Amino acid sequence: MNALSGISLILLCQLAGETFVQLIDLPVPGPVVGMLILLSGLLWRGSVPDSLRLVSDTLLRYLALLFVPAGVGLMVHFELIGRDWLAISMALLISTELAIAVTLLLFNLLLERDKRRSDSHDG
Amino acid sequence: MTDEIVDIWVYLSATPLLWLAATFIVFQGAILVHRRLGSNPVLHPVLLAMGALMLILLVTGTSYDTYFEGAQFIHFMLGPATVALAIPLFDHRQAIRRLLLPLIVSGVVGASTAALSAIAVGWAMGADRLTLLSLAPKSVTSPIAMGVTEKLGGLPSLTAALVLITGSLGCILAPPIIRLLRIRDDKVKGFAMGLAAHGFGTAQAFGISATAGAFAGLGLSMAGVITAVILPLLAGGI
Repeated sequence: MNALSGISLILLCQLAGETFVQLIDLPVPGPVVGMLILLSGLLWRGSVPDSLRLVSDTLLRYLALLFVPAGVGLMVHFELIGRDWLAISMALLISTELAIAVTLLLFNLLLERDKRRSDSHDG
Repeated sequence: MTDEIVDIWVYLSATPLLWLAATFIVFQGAILVHRRLGSNPVLHPVLLAMGALMLILLVTGTSYDTYFEGAQFIHFMLGPATVALAIPLFDHRQAIRRLLLPLIVSGVVGASTAALSAIAVGWAMGADRLTLLSLAPKSVTSPIAMGVTEKLGGLPSLTAALVLITGSLGCILAPPIIRLLRIRDDKVKGFAMGLAAHGFGTAQAFGISATAGAFAGLGLSMAGVITAVILPLLAGGI
């Protein structure tokens, strides 16, 4: 299988995303816009080309490795972390709990309402 | 003999090859150690590899800039990986179309809760502005979170670590909260786990059921897009 056209397509979408963001001075990361461009293309086409599937599977399978170089950069910021570690820990703990609880309750409520409405339509 | 080793070290440490290879090898070792220790989410291979590489750099007296000259080739792939997230999103298009409104409403509310409550708690406890900016996107999958932090003017490396810690926390906290709130629908469990704890939560949701896993992937992608669009617009206020 030819991975080249998959790589080209992804880089092209990223390039288009970066260009778009620079052109209209959008504060959104270029690759996120690139992702939306690729998604619209796929929705229009209706399927994922094999070569694109091959490249994206490989990239996403080893995603964790890609964070390592930036993560090692923490060594430059030990001072900041030493000063703020308690605030950081509390913020992570409380916000993660809140986000999980709020999403569970809200999505559950909306799904139940959705189900009840479609049930009453059927009946 | 020692002179030769020093000569070789001086030569190698000046090329990008050494630290590029070191990153791959250390990461592979970290995966082995992680498995040996029972795949505990608290000891994620990325956290292990980060710790080991920092130690190696400190011991050999290598600066981060020198390290990054080699490691940048790996770092660069974060952009294409973000673009590639379009494929799992596309795979879920039928579920998205069917439940568009509930997904968007709970996605926006959930992602905003994650970001704003983190900023509020950090601010109330007197954290530095740089810390707050790096804290905001911590619930989102790393490539997007780091892109957002860069746009906000925070520290992407701090965000990378906070994202990983959030993922571990989410895996520990989600089961008791699900039990406490008596949630039975796997779609709801998965979506909340992916939204609040990105890839870590998604991996754990696949352990519940395939449906939970699919909705976790959906939560992960939606949180990423929503946060990437909303946070930079709100950032003026921080």
